[in-house]
Amino acid sequence: MTGHPSPSAITRYAAGDAGLDEATVWSVEVHLEECADCRARLAGSTPDDVLALLERVGNGVDQGIAAGPDPVRRRRRWSPARHRWLVWQLAPWLTMTATVLVCAVLLQSLRPSLPSLVLLLAPVAPLPGVAVAWSRGADPAWELIAGTPAAGLPLLLRRTATVLAVIVPVLGLATDRTGESLALALLPCLAFTTAAIALGALVGVRRAVIGLATGWGLLMALPALLTAHLPALLRPGSLGVWALITVVSAVFALTRADRFSRLTPRS
Amino acid sequence: MRMVSAAETAPTTHPWAVHAEGLRVRAGRHLAVDGLDLALGTGVHGLLGPNGAGKTTLMRALATVLAPAGGKLSLLGESVDGRADLRRIRRGLGYLPQQFGFYPRFTVREFVEYMAWLKEMPKAAVPGAVQRAIERVGLADRAGKRMKTLSGGMLRRAGIAQAIVNDPEVLLLDEPTVGLDPEQRLDFRELLRDLGVDSCVLVSTHLVEDVVAACTDVVMVNEGRLVYQGTPDDLIARGGTGDAGDSPAERGYSALLRRHRAEAGR
Repeated sequence: MTGHPSPSAITRYAAGDAGLDEATVWSVEVHLEECADCRARLAGSTPDDVLALLERVGNGVDQGIAAGPDPVRRRRRWSPARHRWLVWQLAPWLTMTATVLVCAVLLQSLRPSLPSLVLLLAPVAPLPGVAVAWSRGADPAWELIAGTPAAGLPLLLRRTATVLAVIVPVLGLATDRTGESLALALLPCLAFTTAAIALGALVGVRRAVIGLATGWGLLMALPALLTAHLPALLRPGSLGVWALITVVSAVFALTRADRFSRLTPRS
Repeated sequence: MRMVSAAETAPTTHPWAVHAEGLRVRAGRHLAVDGLDLALGTGVHGLLGPNGAGKTTLMRALATVLAPAGGKLSLLGESVDGRADLRRIRRGLGYLPQQFGFYPRFTVREFVEYMAWLKEMPKAAVPGAVQRAIERVGLADRAGKRMKTLSGGMLRRAGIAQAIVNDPEVLLLDEPTVGLDPEQRLDFRELLRDLGVDSCVLVSTHLVEDVVAACTDVVMVNEGRLVYQGTPDDLIARGGTGDAGDSPAERGYSALLRRHRAEAGR
């Protein structure tokens, strides 16, 4: 800037002089925004009739504020529970899973001779929720969501985390009741979740879930119920195997993250 | 009013917002889009064609919901194929699907806010953008109502609001005028003209009148191929008195379609 506008220019600007050319008006305005001294000069050189008008307007606004209703406080009812469709969509599935686990605990207390039902159910407990979290059929707005930048592995993981946040405490309570090792319930649960996502990258999450649940039921749970012995995989010595499955499938899913960017019919 | 960022005024480096060459897209097993060539720049483009012409499949492919089965497709200068970084393209897209599902318990504002969040808009910009989008479609008085209480036309407008909330560079609207009454359709045409000033808008519709009234460009497809691309005036000029239709534009539409079918049949 070359300097302050001349006092006469400020006076004419304050009076709204029509003879002042536009270029001068603009330069005065730009200067006034930055210079407190000139703003003070502007206030000093304002004509009386403008001051009277300003005072009248100011009084009117004050009266309006005093007489009018109080400003309505905008209620932000931003609760995660209300705002995530998933909570509503998942509620029936998670309730079902929790009920099945409670039944398993009750059955076990009635028939202690059975192999641990809670441990047999723990791996497949999160699977219904995971399937609902990433399927065309369950999400009414799938087509809208599939076209957004957020769609992809991060969104699937976010939804899976919601599922685990419910299933893990339920499993914790169930194992606490029946006296089994918590690690033997949680690690298989986690391993099956990551395996479902990893396989989901290849064949779609829903198919992966159906395959895993069927496989576990036929190969592990049914023989265990028939022979009344827990399979070797659910004994304390096999924790390392479960940890390995978890890590390997999680890494595999991360390397195939781009397969989730489209919610294809296979998903 | 809103601030215009430097990124918005930067010159584009791509000649077409939407560019397809020999594009093929599958709908199930069937090739619904088969060898389509299309180049769209700024403006409102009306997508016409009979039922089963592949309009919705084309829209889905342009919205990056379906992966192309062959050919080339680039959006905003970036190629859309299996390995593309879809996130960056999708931030510049707005899409209203034909059957658009919604969460019945959401209010209109929550629905548009949720979509703005999914479109990865900066958190501080969301409330203002949501309000602006809702006002532009004329739903400001219903913003607090639940989605399940809305009529068909209002739902459609809520869908348009979510599509425009991120000020997309490419806006894809599949049958947006279904369920709108005549007055709302006039308002919608006004909105279309407004949006087409600085973005590429592709509107799929059955109503030839909407295209003639609000579009700068007509795109016609049949059996997955491009039949015609030109101005609405040119479309009207194609129609003769002997062609089926109640308006000049409809006569032009049926003349083009008839000629294409005759050529394909040969």
